[in-house]
Amino acid sequence: MADFEPKIVGFLCNWCSYAGADLAGVSRFQYPTNIRVVRVMCSARVDPSIIMEMFLQGADGVFVGGCHIGDCHYITGNHYTEKRMKLVRKLLEKAGMSRQRFRLEWVSASEGARFAGIMKDFVELIKEIGPNPVAGDSPDMTKMESLFIAKNILEDFRLRALVNKQVEFLERGNVYGKKLDEEELDRILYDALSVEFDRAVILWTTREEPLSVRAISEATNIPPDRVLDEIANLRRRDLIKLDRIEGQSPLYVSQGFEV
Amino acid sequence: MNEEAPNEETEEPGEVEEEGSEEQTVDLPTERRVGVFVCHCGSNIGGVIDVPSVAEYAKTLPGVVHAEDNLYTCADDGLKAIQNGIKEHNLNRVVVASCTPRTHAPLFQSTCEEAGLNKYLFTFVNIREHCSWVHMKEPEKATEKARELIRMGVARVKLLEPFEELKNPVEPKALVIGGGVSGMNAAKSIANQGFTVYLVERDVELGGFVRLLNNLYLGGGDTRETIQPLIDDVASNENIEVLLSSEVKNVDGYVGDFDVTIDANGEDKNVKVGTIIVATGALEYIPDGLFGYGMYDNVVTLTEFEIMCRVKKLPPKVRSIAFIQCVGSRGQKVSYCSRICCNVATKNALNIVENYNEMLGQLEDVESVPVELHAPEEVMQRRRRRRQRPDGAPRSTEERRIAHQVEVYVFNRTMTTYGVEHELYYNRARESGVRFIRYKYERPPTVTREGDQLIVTYYHETLKVERKLAVDMVVLSTPLVPQEDAKDVSQMLKVPLGPSGFFLEAHVKLRPVDFATDGIFICGTAKGPADITESVVQGLATASRAGSLMKKGYVQAEVLTPQIDMDRCIGCRMCESVCPYKAIVVKRGDRGLKAEVIPAACKGCGTCGASCPMKAIVMSNYTDEQLTVEGISSLREVPV
Repeated sequence: MADFEPKIVGFLCNWCSYAGADLAGVSRFQYPTNIRVVRVMCSARVDPSIIMEMFLQGADGVFVGGCHIGDCHYITGNHYTEKRMKLVRKLLEKAGMSRQRFRLEWVSASEGARFAGIMKDFVELIKEIGPNPVAGDSPDMTKMESLFIAKNILEDFRLRALVNKQVEFLERGNVYGKKLDEEELDRILYDALSVEFDRAVILWTTREEPLSVRAISEATNIPPDRVLDEIANLRRRDLIKLDRIEGQSPLYVSQGFEV
Repeated sequence: MNEEAPNEETEEPGEVEEEGSEEQTVDLPTERRVGVFVCHCGSNIGGVIDVPSVAEYAKTLPGVVHAEDNLYTCADDGLKAIQNGIKEHNLNRVVVASCTPRTHAPLFQSTCEEAGLNKYLFTFVNIREHCSWVHMKEPEKATEKARELIRMGVARVKLLEPFEELKNPVEPKALVIGGGVSGMNAAKSIANQGFTVYLVERDVELGGFVRLLNNLYLGGGDTRETIQPLIDDVASNENIEVLLSSEVKNVDGYVGDFDVTIDANGEDKNVKVGTIIVATGALEYIPDGLFGYGMYDNVVTLTEFEIMCRVKKLPPKVRSIAFIQCVGSRGQKVSYCSRICCNVATKNALNIVENYNEMLGQLEDVESVPVELHAPEEVMQRRRRRRQRPDGAPRSTEERRIAHQVEVYVFNRTMTTYGVEHELYYNRARESGVRFIRYKYERPPTVTREGDQLIVTYYHETLKVERKLAVDMVVLSTPLVPQEDAKDVSQMLKVPLGPSGFFLEAHVKLRPVDFATDGIFICGTAKGPADITESVVQGLATASRAGSLMKKGYVQAEVLTPQIDMDRCIGCRMCESVCPYKAIVVKRGDRGLKAEVIPAACKGCGTCGASCPMKAIVMSNYTDEQLTVEGISSLREVPV
């Protein structure tokens, strides 16, 4: 693995971290060549699903840089970035990837040395972790499927609604004016994430051939009672349907994924 | 909502390619003709990166019809090359690979425009700051990186769309909230520029905080006499409509076009203004429970003391006064230094020692005596002893005069009489016998009462002993704190408050009177402690900022605004809640609740795009597709 040169995609906000990277250049702070920078106006423009797509396409690491909290050129943009990126880390874990492949840092326009330091550090780290398992000629199909599912649920309504409301709940309170605890909100968010992930996995698993609850459970490692619960949920919304009954087992087939 | 999920999901696998190909079919009539200009920047880039080979590589990229390398693309012949390239090769997309867009994008964009190419069809690739300068020892890898960066730029530029810039008119009227010195100065200056001003003051008269004060430092004039001409000017100016006992109830709209509802003395008044100036001022911190305030008579705040001086109601027989500085500020109740209190306390100390005869003459007419002063004999003896020299000899005439009349002590952590002339006042105060006694944050003085005598107990930092001082009055210098309803104003205007609760300017150094929201400005103590001079300066600064907007008559609306797919939008208000600028609002129209963008208010950050649960928002020039394709292009060539 000595000659492994990680491919890292960076999304830097125009006002702070891009300028910080510029300053690293002006100051001639040297760092490895691995990062390729995409400039965005604000780190809050970076949709979490774009980051998942980068991993799906084989990036070994993804870096997002924004202004320090409180310094955002767009006042509160990075508050949202921070919350949204929690989902990325959690979903990387769910997909069986190292969460360290993704890194979010606040780099100000004056922190050129720090930017260079972070780059060195991040490249070292990715070298240790190794190549992206879904990249290359023999990709790990299970992980690729999981990443694909993760990207899909990041584009779905529930997680996007929850994560973006989080800032409002924390800073302005809910409709009753009650400010909620961040830990509590995270718990709600991660619970929703787990459920959505399981549902998407069930839909994915049954996309081609009808399967029984037991078969789904075996294929997905989700306990049979949870599978049954979720199938009940999904059936209510016509996302999965009963295909036929074989012996004593009903077989279900997904209405969602068509590949 | 989740019902829609599977349909979305089914579309996902080939999203990028699919949308890309869709784009292509739509745009086929205008074939992408990309020109790439790679800069040597002398040896800055050319000394590390093999620029000619990079340009050669660029030619092989799909869509690229012309690529060349220039010694300095930003020099005249470089710019000429771009323009010639556009004409000769009929380019409709341009990529420049050189330094950083943060400094040079406007130059190349205007070059493109001069050659008839819309400036939004240009992409900048940074191969100097992000490549040659940071990989100086790895020329091969840096060249490889430059190639890939250009590949990304070419992939991006092919997806860009042209945009036309829009102008929004600015209503030539201003709203000034607050009729203190800064607000009045702002109003007067704007009115003199020929614009109509609505000056809203919730008090029954103009003047603000300054009205309470006795006299002004540095000049020393009577406060009311000093500001009366300003008040008269403002009241008689035909361009200013002064609304007293009034409050701003609601503000809608954006720069150039604000709809303001004012509760004018109980009646609703609607006005349309182009700019808004916030001059709502500050309050004095009330130090309840600190240093005996609220517990003992004759413990007052600095402003209360000024009021007593002004209305000549100082308790008689006051022969010694202790000022205590930094009460509640600098790390106690508030973190900041209120700046003005050192000067104000010095002024008052000087007032006392220099004009005490005059003050006293009138003071003795005062009927009510809030505090009885019968110090215990023991205390009086201590005081008598202290008034003598250690050897028992009588003091000098000057010393006796002061000692005879009134003693003034200023307990301070550090006296900072900032300002050009102000230190001289401090010196004069010292020469006049005002005693400045330092205390440390860890050991502040305490105020207690023995009988009817106020006692200040302090630790003498030089002598390292604890000492007691009997005084007749304690004046506490407390910081200016934000108005209690500053939060309401900030929410109404959608402008931020800083951590201390004062209004927060757009940039602490470079944009000190602007808010991040265009068309709204901030001046005076609403922004933080300031003296009158500074408040006036800030008031005039806002008048200039607002005036230049109104003089120009239009604002350039942000071009790169989000575009909303009305079929997908479900009016969930998520975008509205995340927008820092109030630039996206959900309105009920023919098709139910739908989001609507206000280009004049939008700054183009794109956070709404990443928040939309329905993915109904496309951020112009930074679309998900463009970012994804640009990112993927760093990994491999994306066929478009």
